[in-house]
Amino acid sequence: MRVSDVLMEVPEKREMHVTYSRADRIFRRIVTAGALTSLIILGLIALFLVLRSAEVFRTFGVTYITGTEWNNAAFDPTIPVEFSIGPMLVGTIVVSLIAMVVAVPLSIGGALFIEFYAPRSIYKTLVSLLDLAAAIPSLVFGLWGIQVFTNIGIRWSNFLNDWFGWIPIFSVEFENFGRSPFIAGIVLGSMVVPITTSVAREVYSRTPRDLIDTCYALGSSKWGAIRAVVLPFGKSGVIGGAMLGLGRALGETVAVFLVLNLSFRYTYRILDSEGGNVASIIASKFGEATDFEIQALIAAGLVLFVLTLMVNMAASAIVQRSAGKVNR
Amino acid sequence: MAVEPEQSFLGLETRGAHAWFSAHHALANVSLKFPERTVTGLIGPSGCGKSTFIRLLNRMHEFIPGAAMAGQVLLNGKDIYAPEEDPAMVRLKIGMVFQKPNPFPAMTIRENVLAGIKLAHLQRDDHDSIVESCLTRAGLWKEVKDRLDASGGSLSGGQQQRLCIARSLAVEPEVLLMDEPCSALDPASTLRIEETIKELARKITVIIVTHNMQQASRVSDYCAFFLTDGGPGYLVEADDTRKIFTNPKDPRTADYVQGKFG
Repeated sequence: MRVSDVLMEVPEKREMHVTYSRADRIFRRIVTAGALTSLIILGLIALFLVLRSAEVFRTFGVTYITGTEWNNAAFDPTIPVEFSIGPMLVGTIVVSLIAMVVAVPLSIGGALFIEFYAPRSIYKTLVSLLDLAAAIPSLVFGLWGIQVFTNIGIRWSNFLNDWFGWIPIFSVEFENFGRSPFIAGIVLGSMVVPITTSVAREVYSRTPRDLIDTCYALGSSKWGAIRAVVLPFGKSGVIGGAMLGLGRALGETVAVFLVLNLSFRYTYRILDSEGGNVASIIASKFGEATDFEIQALIAAGLVLFVLTLMVNMAASAIVQRSAGKVNR
Repeated sequence: MAVEPEQSFLGLETRGAHAWFSAHHALANVSLKFPERTVTGLIGPSGCGKSTFIRLLNRMHEFIPGAAMAGQVLLNGKDIYAPEEDPAMVRLKIGMVFQKPNPFPAMTIRENVLAGIKLAHLQRDDHDSIVESCLTRAGLWKEVKDRLDASGGSLSGGQQQRLCIARSLAVEPEVLLMDEPCSALDPASTLRIEETIKELARKITVIIVTHNMQQASRVSDYCAFFLTDGGPGYLVEADDTRKIFTNPKDPRTADYVQGKFG
């Protein structure tokens, strides 16, 4: 029999479809409703932010994003009303970056220690301590920041300025050192460490055991196995965890508000005691704001919302790209 | 003139080897000899301690928390568990291929072959010829020579396993342990691996755990039959493969190789 003979006798195609049981249909509706609800809430928040801030953007345009003035003219009507968040936006990014520079290496190190070097007897304790630390309210970190860490941070700042002052970001205008983006960033970093460590540890713990064993069978040390197998395997997960932490850092309000001097002036000097943070400016101005000022603050909220969204999208793109390379 | 009392045995040998996982006694009193440049098949039903035994042979057993052992494992007459022995050096001499093909996913074919040299910090400068000779010995060279920079994961399952064999060969082991290397592969790939094993045995000692009786009879020179009665696994008998399959001493061996249980 040739292929053509077989093809002559092709019967009529029959319709095929998957049938769901009653229980499946109900469950499907429940989960769909859940997913839709959260999407709708998110959409409504975005809509609210856009609507309420539209006038601000109409009035100030791009200057709102780049400008350095915040005057509600409540005390001195002769000054023109102007709202803009340039230094706050840049400050948010700077402080968050400092936080990540501190948090990511600490988290990777901590996760590797817990997963591969800690004695088995304290492993479980360490893991639950870590999850506990992730639940500490940011206010507590803020208080620790002003009460305890600031003094240490000032010493570190002094050191950095003495030895690396020739690098522009470590130079200072005033040798004050307190309430600086550097200190706020470290406080934020330590706040983020538990969550990023927890994610990194979880990812590292899923490295296929036989890959690690293979390294050992090739005469590798533990560190060699970690470098060859564990770190590449965990890369995308660790990036995901870091982005989770970055998301928390970008939106952090209280901790930064407590330890940072908010100032409407662009600066690249991270050791000077002035900086900015969008979330903190919203919190600090909201109480005594005029009507129009409130709209300006909502606009700041929108900017933060978009920034966070962009970070998350970038993160998932990175995660997908590196997950594609590790095809296991 | 000092005379050696006994010509030291070349190859791998265990004397009264036991293994535990914490309180669980997994393997009892195994004394076996694996002469150099031979293939030995380890057969027996699941849970009889074959895999534990093979992991004892290159000190992989000790990675499991609570693991313990007793007895001796000698490579060319020297105890690999002696305190002065560096376990990483032991594993360099006694390589291992695992059940599931597992090339390093983030590495190319070439990098996979050279991984051991890097991991063990061996000084070699003829990388190209190492890649070629190891892949050739593993029977993979012709298929991959034009795409050495492709990811190891792009190969088929059987090719991946041969890549893993090539990776083990690159550090020049004296013994290669294989823990069911074909159980995840199709029959054609299995045959390719078996040819590779026979080829390897011209230079190194191969010890292979298998559940496939035909495979054991095809590739091995010697066979060792393990069993458990609910307690620790033990060695029932070890002999020439032909003898194990045609005329074993123990009736349980005959029953097992004829597929009456297991």
